[in-house]
Amino acid sequence: MGESRITGTSGRAIPVRGDDIDTDRIIPARFLRCVSFDGLGEHAFEDDRKNFSDGKHPFDRAEFQGASILVVNGNFGCGSSREHAPQSLMRWGIKGFIGVSFAEIFFGNCVANGLPCLTLEAAEVEEIQALVESDPGCLLELDVSERRVRVGEKTYSAGLRDGVQRAFLEGLWDSITLLLADAGDIDRVAARLLPLKERP
Amino acid sequence: MGKNLLQKVWDQHTVRELPTGQTQLFIGLHLIHEVTSPQAFEDLRGRGLGVRVPSRTFATVDHIVPTHSQERPFVDTLAEEMMVAIETNCGEFGISLFGLDDDRQGIVHVVGPEQGLTQPGMTIACGDSHTSTHGAFGSIAFGIGTSQVRDVLVSQCLAMDQLKVRRIDVTGELAPGVYAKDVILAIIRELGVKGGTGYAYEYGGEAISSMGMEERMSICNMSIEGGARVGYVNPDETTFSYIRGRPFSPGDDEWDEAVKYWNSIASDDDAEFDDEVSFDGAAIGPNVTWGINPGQSVQVDGRLPKVDELPQGERESVREALDFMEFEQGVSIAGTGIDVAFIGSCTNGRISDLREAAKVALGRRVSPGVKALVVPGSRLVGEQAESEGLHEVFLQAGFEWRKAGCSMCLAMNPDKLQGREISASSSNRNFKGRQGSPVGRTLLMSPAMVAAAAIAGEVVDVREMMGG
Ligand code: SF4
Repeated sequence: MGESRITGTSGRAIPVRGDDIDTDRIIPARFLRCVSFDGLGEHAFEDDRKNFSDGKHPFDRAEFQGASILVVNGNFGCGSSREHAPQSLMRWGIKGFIGVSFAEIFFGNCVANGLPCLTLEAAEVEEIQALVESDPGCLLELDVSERRVRVGEKTYSAGLRDGVQRAFLEGLWDSITLLLADAGDIDRVAARLLPLKERP
Repeated sequence: MGKNLLQKVWDQHTVRELPTGQTQLFIGLHLIHEVTSPQAFEDLRGRGLGVRVPSRTFATVDHIVPTHSQERPFVDTLAEEMMVAIETNCGEFGISLFGLDDDRQGIVHVVGPEQGLTQPGMTIACGDSHTSTHGAFGSIAFGIGTSQVRDVLVSQCLAMDQLKVRRIDVTGELAPGVYAKDVILAIIRELGVKGGTGYAYEYGGEAISSMGMEERMSICNMSIEGGARVGYVNPDETTFSYIRGRPFSPGDDEWDEAVKYWNSIASDDDAEFDDEVSFDGAAIGPNVTWGINPGQSVQVDGRLPKVDELPQGERESVREALDFMEFEQGVSIAGTGIDVAFIGSCTNGRISDLREAAKVALGRRVSPGVKALVVPGSRLVGEQAESEGLHEVFLQAGFEWRKAGCSMCLAMNPDKLQGREISASSSNRNFKGRQGSPVGRTLLMSPAMVAAAAIAGEVVDVREMMGG
């Protein structure tokens, strides 16, 4: 792997509003009792959907089925490191994110799975969320090469760190090939560290 | 200008700069547990790859293990399947496992330091966000996802973005009844749950340097709750004497050299930081969370916020939290009734935590109707507590005394809140649904405050039970 370049994604969007949405809410802990990520898609946001939304959670609404771009607010994916969170969203059908900010471990997990997370100003995100809510059929384009989000006629310039952009564009986001490129260097670093061994 | 610890450890572990601009960082210690590792091993098998440095990965089981009876096979067949998976994976790939048949089993962030695996100047990674705990020893320790667990297994390295460093000084002396947990809750309340994004937190100052290792671990543990993936304290004599003699610590003939190295990686006196903040430790009181993230807390003698008095941008999340908790705005937190009391977790499940809680429980009774449990962070913590008779203190007071595991910190085992129950908890997260019931409610506080709440049946100021 490592050869698949990601320049962006496009499709219909689904808004999930709120700051600090943590990974326990994205995928509750009881669904972590598994040895494979398969089947997590149907449980995305399960407790929010069942307990706090009267069936009106965006993930349950007919007009958002088939959407592939998740539009969120600040500090999305905070909390636990569980990769089950982006995995469940990915398996539900999400291919990319737009948000005000993302928690670091969540962001890294998304990169490792080839899911771009682009950032916009808070007001811009809210504008897009409102637009998508009133017109769920509208198409969004998430452009990694130009760091842009396009919604209909309107274009927003978006944030994405240089290194991450490069990893997507050059197909380096699946890091194994990169990390094993020069194994001799790894051994040289290992050799200068204190050894880790049990006392006799 | 001198360097800070993060920069030194980073340089020491840099394999090379990657074409993406990231650093390829060598990982000195990799810890794994049953929840976030099985998919990584599956991936290795799929690619026909092996584990590069098996001697630098250690495994334990903690998240799903029952704390009542640990008899196999588990009643929960999914949990049993995960146990079998980690046993098989460790066996097949040559990794040491502190399993249920091993005295060293326990919560991953309790076990690493306890065994002397966690040492200053190391890079430490684990598929768990509270890996920041290990920073208490002056290591750079951070949580990773499963794909990165796979990367470490395969290459003993990670592709990482460099972090900025914020120095957090806690000056002065903490008042009696005020603990590390209260300090970190105050820090998160002030700097916010995302204030640490992009930063490592370096904790220092008189209040931190006079703490023992276990308290420093509680502080570093919750760095991630403030958005900081890494939190650390510079190593000192307290650190070295904690490590000395532990099973994986350097031997006597290597000791002086190790200490020399450990001293050398501490932040220089004139080290540069990207940001610096200071807290008056003497002004911090016992803290309690009232909301649905660890930043939403007040001092036990304080009141919940009034929505109208807050800046516009904060109102919505405060309203959401108050609605979920079913708390009135502006009321005092003391006097809030509780149903469950939980003492344990990688934040506060160590021997010093149990000692402090036992002091409060001694000679008192848990309030009727409160379910109270004490879950040691590791089997060795449990044995130590039993040798000191702490379990008797708890049992006589009406607490349940359990076996080691994560338990009600995230309720992946049978220990769960029911319905709308409110729990006083020494753990680290009060997210909606965190303790097993989707609508359950959590109040975070120090272990001594949890013990006090268990006895009073409601949130109380532990200082009132401490004899003046
Ligand atoms: S005790 Fe809680 S926070 Fe710590 S490792 Fe276990 S589940 Fe995670």
